[in-house]
Amino acid sequence: MTTTASSGGGLDMAHGATRLPGTFQVGFARARIELRNFFRETDGMLFTFALPLLLLLIFGAIFNGTVGNTDVSYRQYFIAGIIASGMMSTTFNILGSAVAVEREEGTLKRLAGTPMPKTAYFVGKILFATVLTIMETIIMLGVGMLVYGLRLPAQPARWLTFGWVFLLSIATCTLLGMAASTVPRSSRSAAAVISLPYLLLQFISGVYFPFTTLPKFMQQIAAIFPLKWMCQGLRSVFLPDALLPAEPADSWEHWKVALILVAWGAAGLYLCLTSFRWTSRNDG
Amino acid sequence: MTGQAIRVRGMRKRYGDVVAIDGLDLDIRQGEIFALLGPNGAGKSTTIEIFEGYRYRDSGEVSVLGVDPGAGDRPWRARIGIVSQFGQDMAVSTVREIVSHFAKFYPNPREIDEVIEQTGLAQKADARLHSLSGGQRRRVDVALGIIGRPELVFLDEPTTGFDPEARRQFWDLVRGLARDGTTIMLTTHYLEEAEALADRVGVIFGGRLQALSTPATLGGRDRAAARVSWVGTDGPRSIETFSPAKTVVDVFSWYGGEVPGLTITRPSLEDVYLAMIKDAG
Repeated sequence: MTTTASSGGGLDMAHGATRLPGTFQVGFARARIELRNFFRETDGMLFTFALPLLLLLIFGAIFNGTVGNTDVSYRQYFIAGIIASGMMSTTFNILGSAVAVEREEGTLKRLAGTPMPKTAYFVGKILFATVLTIMETIIMLGVGMLVYGLRLPAQPARWLTFGWVFLLSIATCTLLGMAASTVPRSSRSAAAVISLPYLLLQFISGVYFPFTTLPKFMQQIAAIFPLKWMCQGLRSVFLPDALLPAEPADSWEHWKVALILVAWGAAGLYLCLTSFRWTSRNDG
Repeated sequence: MTGQAIRVRGMRKRYGDVVAIDGLDLDIRQGEIFALLGPNGAGKSTTIEIFEGYRYRDSGEVSVLGVDPGAGDRPWRARIGIVSQFGQDMAVSTVREIVSHFAKFYPNPREIDEVIEQTGLAQKADARLHSLSGGQRRRVDVALGIIGRPELVFLDEPTTGFDPEARRQFWDLVRGLARDGTTIMLTTHYLEEAEALADRVGVIFGGRLQALSTPATLGGRDRAAARVSWVGTDGPRSIETFSPAKTVVDVFSWYGGEVPGLTITRPSLEDVYLAMIKDAG
């Protein structure tokens, strides 16, 4: 995965002195083709945008009332969770299985045989995931406001929190997704294998059910993984402080949210650097 | 003056206990078309993938365009083109999109439309890759392999699955690249392909280069006994001889006129190749 920045990489050839294209230039080109291809494949799009939306509407119709002893609406609590879950879906889930498929089908090998800077591939993936996540978040917030009376926060401090939670979540889950892409043994099993931890975490991390209503051992397991902290971070942005009595520590624990996301991000980066392969398992 | 495109001395590679390449020496000159032949499992793909920088040798010296492919950097990658046995990937892109995307990786790419035209894909330029036939997909692989204006192109079994007409068109394309000064290294299972294209052929098995010459002289083919055959009054007859012209004159005089069904054949490249593989096996 090492590559050299190409900006200064002059190259004299028989055909004339020319320069290799820069990493970010190629990275943007990668992001463009990834986005274009994604929007051509309707199944992927349905899974990304329609599924969380439907879940939002279904759970919103089933559950009503307030969370714990607070006067915070369950539906609004749930919106924060489904946005966090959507972030993990576009980055960890969709990206992880897409990379696994690209490895098995030989796209990665093909790219590795060109002078494309290897970093540009990762830049492209991160940009792609960021654009998808922003689109999805806007859709969820829009529905939350129109249907469930969610109010966007007015305080700049809350938007600042949103900014860092959003960026840390995307970076961490993207790295974890790329690391997870080496686990499936074939492109057919990729989506299933990578979705499994995501699906399980959704149920125990405070996406569908208020976190403090879950059994203690589930809370303890969930607290090891990033999704619980992403949900909590987003609740601190979109829900009033009146919810705090229903939070596990009676506090938003911002420092813990940041710490755990950074720790998982570092683990993901380490795994990417040590285990990312450009060729498939049955290709030596 | 032409230099060396590829220089190999004592290259070795093993997978566990299996020795795949056992001390290979090879020189490929700039501007030539070189064909590497050999049965499956003989080390063809391992050899070409080491040259392409996809695999690492265990020992020996390898230089591809003056660079050790095990440490090939981006400027080196920009000078080579790889047409490997890729799959059916990137299916939702169109031909033009994917060719112009790959062009962005190179400092001095060829014209996109020119490459699409050259590879016979002009009619399919706006078709998505999943709608193409196997042969057309292969041409996309070739287009992506040559878009960067490489000095050296690797073709790993490039015409597998082509019909005869597509194969001949492909040969013309390869000859055109060679005319422009591109060095070509190809592996193939088709002996007639090696014969039609290659300036020199190498035969690899047992992890070593067992023969190296022009297609016309491989295995002493040009000096081998010729077979003079005709249809006699009592059925087909044939004589193996090192002086076929004299034999024909003799047969002519026996008949006192034209000889029915007269042919003179020498061993084909395939005959020589198969005999070589058999002797070694």
